[in-house]
Amino acid sequence: MLTIATIGVSVALLLGVEQVRDSARRGFASTVAGTDLIVGARSGSINLLLYSVFHIGDATNNVTWQSYQDITAQPEVAWAVPLSLGDSHRGFRVVGTDADFFSRYHYGAQRALAFSDGVPFRDVYDAVIGAQVAEKLHYPVGQSIVLAHGTGPLTADHADKPFRVVGILARTGTPVDASVFVSLEAIEAIHLDWQSGVRLPGQAISADAARHADLTPKAITAFLLGLKSRTAVFAMQRYINDYEDEPLLAILPGVALQELWSLLGVAENALLIVAAMVVVAGLLGMLTALLTTLNERRREMAILRAVGARPSLIFFLLVAEAEFLTLFGIVAGLALLAIAVAVARAWAQAHYGMTFDIASPSAAQGLLLACVAVAGGLIGCLPAWFAYRYTLADGLVQRL
Amino acid sequence: MIPGGVPTPAIQLRDLRFAWNGRDTIDIPQMSIGRGERLFLQGPSGSGKSTLLGLIGGVLTPSAGEVVMLDQRLSALSGARRDRFRADHIGFIFQQFNLLPFLDVIENVLLPCRFSRRRAERARVEAGSEKSQARMLLEALGLDAEALAKPVRELSVGQQQRVAAARALIGSPEILIADEPTSALDEDARASFLGLLIAQCNRERGTLVFVSHDSGLATFFERKLLLREVNRVVTTAVN
Repeated sequence: MLTIATIGVSVALLLGVEQVRDSARRGFASTVAGTDLIVGARSGSINLLLYSVFHIGDATNNVTWQSYQDITAQPEVAWAVPLSLGDSHRGFRVVGTDADFFSRYHYGAQRALAFSDGVPFRDVYDAVIGAQVAEKLHYPVGQSIVLAHGTGPLTADHADKPFRVVGILARTGTPVDASVFVSLEAIEAIHLDWQSGVRLPGQAISADAARHADLTPKAITAFLLGLKSRTAVFAMQRYINDYEDEPLLAILPGVALQELWSLLGVAENALLIVAAMVVVAGLLGMLTALLTTLNERRREMAILRAVGARPSLIFFLLVAEAEFLTLFGIVAGLALLAIAVAVARAWAQAHYGMTFDIASPSAAQGLLLACVAVAGGLIGCLPAWFAYRYTLADGLVQRL
Repeated sequence: MIPGGVPTPAIQLRDLRFAWNGRDTIDIPQMSIGRGERLFLQGPSGSGKSTLLGLIGGVLTPSAGEVVMLDQRLSALSGARRDRFRADHIGFIFQQFNLLPFLDVIENVLLPCRFSRRRAERARVEAGSEKSQARMLLEALGLDAEALAKPVRELSVGQQQRVAAARALIGSPEILIADEPTSALDEDARASFLGLLIAQCNRERGTLVFVSHDSGLATFFERKLLLREVNRVVTTAVN
């Protein structure tokens, strides 16, 4: 019984790891959905993906407003969402964008963003925060916040231009949760009296005065593009990459995400190896159990021999026993996993953006199970071999 | 069997030698047991008794010499055929722990029928079905219906031995070999068990080889043989 439980738990772990791996990959791959291209200043594609979607790292250069207007005016473009990065709030990234962001940004299985409280920004100094920001900093709608310039440890506050939280987004399990969203105009406003990252002394402009200034952005960090038809994607990508007025880079989010994920492949495999070792440990536990009881069962084997059983039958019986224990363990493991998934599904989706299917095992999982079953039978061969040798040596009367 | 002549022995040993790890345990120039004979074979533990049983059962292979059972030279048979021969013609009773704990009483008795078609056939001829034969034997050996339903572990030693006897007798094998079957029983049980066992053997007219160190039981048997009389290897008794 204990053997079956041990094998069951280890099998559940093995399959669980495989499923988590699979779900994490799918969840990761759908961090951003429905966007055909992401465009930024020319650098590396993964770099662009990291700072535009994951808010990791910084852009090396900006995209001029002129280029943005030019490209989005192309006939193939259905929609565009600009992103302006570079500010932060207490460790969370500030994203300057327009109101379209909330309707255009999709994730997972084409899910749209939803508000758990409040509305999108309208006034210049309105801010919308992600679920994680609200939770960690305990911000309700109406909270006053001050943004800081820079994203690293050395930041300088835009203390003279405080913002007001007007909306809180529902949890998505994507980097959106850890972001603070303001309008592009807001970004312009807070940097009116700044230059090269430093506030200009003696030229301070009040918050109110800024509201009435010309707040058209001069540059943005990156933008998301949606095209009218899928077939235009590659042509558009080439157009942007070859854009003469400015060095730009356009990436397909899906492709870049795959590339990024494959970098993490090492970690994936390490996890799987650990799980495999747990299974081996479980099977070795079975081996120990079989070997220890082997001595007690020499009497049984002598009886079988006396009655006419061949030594090969004794060998077979022990292998069969090991195999049955393994198979029962596998079934127990599957049941255990199904229960665990049913319990943890909702939580995993909300917190990590991972979806679990309670479908029957995939081909990869089936292969893993087959390997476990075969391993169990093979391990059974060791005590079976010993039993075989014992019966030949013992004769009919076991030497007690 | 030669028509009109003297029947050949049930068991015949000729120049039989066996060595464990280079040391001789068995050296029997000649030993013969007739068909239908009831033999009491006496020998203390360590005198090569277990080895001899292994040789007779065809489970051990002699270093030299011959074991001939029912006119069949065991050395002429392959391992698998010897196993079949044993299943077909010999029934065994051991001193204790005779039964498989994961089978019930009837299944334990029917074990030989699983390995020998011949005995299964004979059981069916005797009693209509193998199970009926099993029940008949158990009843004849003094086991009531209540005991039959119990799991094997819950039977008393005496009851277990009777089940073992029924298993050895089912399908009427020609030879019955009992290795100290009464040593684990108390006085009263011993006598009653022996009585029933011998009665059954008489019915079947089979050969019975009864091995024991207890010379007091020899009175039940028509022939007594001391192992050290036939086995030239003198071993110090292991106590």
